[in-house]
Formats: sequence, C-alpha cells, structure tokens
Amino acid sequence: MTSGLHTTLAIIGLAAVTVVARGFFLLPRRAWAVPAWLQRSLQLAPLAALVAVLAPEIFMANGHLLTTWRDARLPSALAATLWYAWRPGVLGPLIVGLCVYLPLRLLLGW
Amino acid sequence: MTRFLRALTHDPQFRRGVADIAPFAPGIAAWGIVTGVAMVQSGLDVWLALLMSLTVFAGTAQLASLPILAAGAPLWVLWATAFCVNLRFVIFSAQWRTYLEHLPRRRRVLLGYFLADLNLLVFQKAWPSGAPEPGQVAYVMGGATIWAVWQVSSIVGICAASLVPVHWGLGFAGTLSMLGLAYGLLVDRKAQLAAVVAAAAAIAAFALPLKLNILVAIAAAVVAGELMGHAQRAAQRSDEVV
Repeated sequence: MTSGLHTTLAIIGLAAVTVVARGFFLLPRRAWAVPAWLQRSLQLAPLAALVAVLAPEIFMANGHLLTTWRDARLPSALAATLWYAWRPGVLGPLIVGLCVYLPLRLLLGW
Repeated sequence: MTRFLRALTHDPQFRRGVADIAPFAPGIAAWGIVTGVAMVQSGLDVWLALLMSLTVFAGTAQLASLPILAAGAPLWVLWATAFCVNLRFVIFSAQWRTYLEHLPRRRRVLLGYFLADLNLLVFQKAWPSGAPEPGQVAYVMGGATIWAVWQVSSIVGICAASLVPVHWGLGFAGTLSMLGLAYGLLVDRKAQLAAVVAAAAAIAAFALPLKLNILVAIAAAVVAGELMGHAQRAAQRSDEVV
C-alpha cells in the first residue's frame, strides 16, 4: 500500500463519490427526468465494474493469466459458483468458497 | 436534538421502518465483517480502514477499491471505478427524489447519503403506491438505522483482521462476496454478455498502465450490452411487422 497521505486522500475522495452518487438526483434544486437511454446503459455499469475488478483477482497472478490449476482461488471460486447455482445469495457462496480456499492454501500451499 | 430523537423513536412509521429492515441485520452484519477483514488484509492501515468504513459507507465500492489502491493506481481511476460501481445509487436517487422532494435540499442529500440498496427495496415493498405519502420520511429514517449494524460489524471485522496472519490470504473473502453480488446482477442475456465482455476485456487489457483495464472493460461491456439491446429491439419490431 502506498503512503498514508495518498491513501487518506483516496478515501476522502471515495466518501465524496458516495455522497455524489447517492445524492445525484436529490442535489439539484429542481427535479429533472432521466433520459431512457441513459437509465438503460447505467443499469449495466455496476455489473461491468464489479466483474472488471473480479476477473483479474480470480484468474491472474503477477500480471499474467494463471498457468496452473493449483491455485486455491480457482477451486474456491468454482465451489462458490456451484453453490450460488443451487442457493443464490452472497453469504452461502462466500462461506463455501472460504471452506475450499483456506485448507488448500494453508495445508497444500496452493 | 434529543427532543427530536425522542419524538422520532416514538413515531409509529419510524418504528415500522426499523422493524421492516431488522430481518436483514444478520446478512448486513456478515457482509460488514467480511468488508472489515478484507480492508485490513489488503494492506490498509487499521485507522484508514476505520476512516474508510465510517465515511465511504458503500461496501461494494470499498471492496472494489482495495485492489486498485493496492496497485497504486492514480486517484482518478480509483474514483471513476468506485463511481461506476455506485451508478446504481444514481438511479435510486432519482426514485428517492419522488418521496423526499418536499424536504429542504440539505436534509434531502444528507438523508440520501444513508440510503443503500436494501433501503429502497424495503421501502418500495412497504409503500407500493409509488407516490409521496405522509409518514414516509420517518419510515425512511427508521430503515436508515441499519447504518449502525453495518458500522459495528465492519469495525468488528477490522479489529479481528489484525489477529489473522496475512499469508492466510483472507482478502479473497472480499472477492468471493463480490462474486455472489455479481451473479445476482446476471438477470438477463444482455447482462450475461456484458459480464463476459467485462471479464475478458479486464484480463486482456490488464497490461495497460494506471489500472485503466477496468475502465476499458466497463466501457466495452456497456457498449456490448447496448448493441445487444438494440438488436433485440430491432428483432422485436420486425416480428411485429410480420
């Protein structure tokens, strides 16, 4: 992690991002309508941002695609995915994923 | 202030707001603990993790910002990505406006800061008319009390994380919970296509400097989704003609 001052500034900016996002249409003095095309494309952006952050965190190491399947993250993400297919939610896949991840990482050193 | 709070806590709509959001408290608490752990395990100093939890108050954006912070990307890339993750709140705020319109501007924005995904979901169930009605603001304030559950659990996570050795790699818990969230957003073919495009683009463009791969991936996914939506609407129109 970089210097404390840089990170503090980063966090204050992130707080401002929350305020602006949650208050976006509450802030103007007069209400205005959101154009339909904008609303449509905004719908996909949160998913896209999530996946864009996620995919490298699961499939890459040191800036390269994984070349081995012996990485605890892969079976863990797979287990979480299968669990999600069975029981959708956030908590279930997380717990199942960790139950696969921790033993592989701590016992086998994957 | 105390008189205001006393009156508020006796307001039946405020109490209803609290009661309606209460069943979600265990889920929020678990999510808060994971976020707290992930923040510290990704290398954030405990005090900075506390600052982040108390001011940013947006779990998904917090989790998404951790790898970007760790990579030392420029601040504008970090903030732009967080804004994209938070874009759903932009849409929600347009809906909140209907109900909070009569409040003074500063109170409107202040209250809006405390309103996350669950709040709108629960609110819409409780007030199905979709129109402003008396008692709604007290109800919204009742729902906003879930803020305290989030903060306490997040702080528990931050404190617990420093007891866990870093080589356990528990930061991956944050990735796993984002995975569940992302699956929940795969509601139709357009969303699935956007997700695949975003994943492929984020990996393919990983070598770009400044973590720009994330912004490139978002743009590519949104365009792909738009094109598919366009094609679907065109197909629908030609069906109608035939």
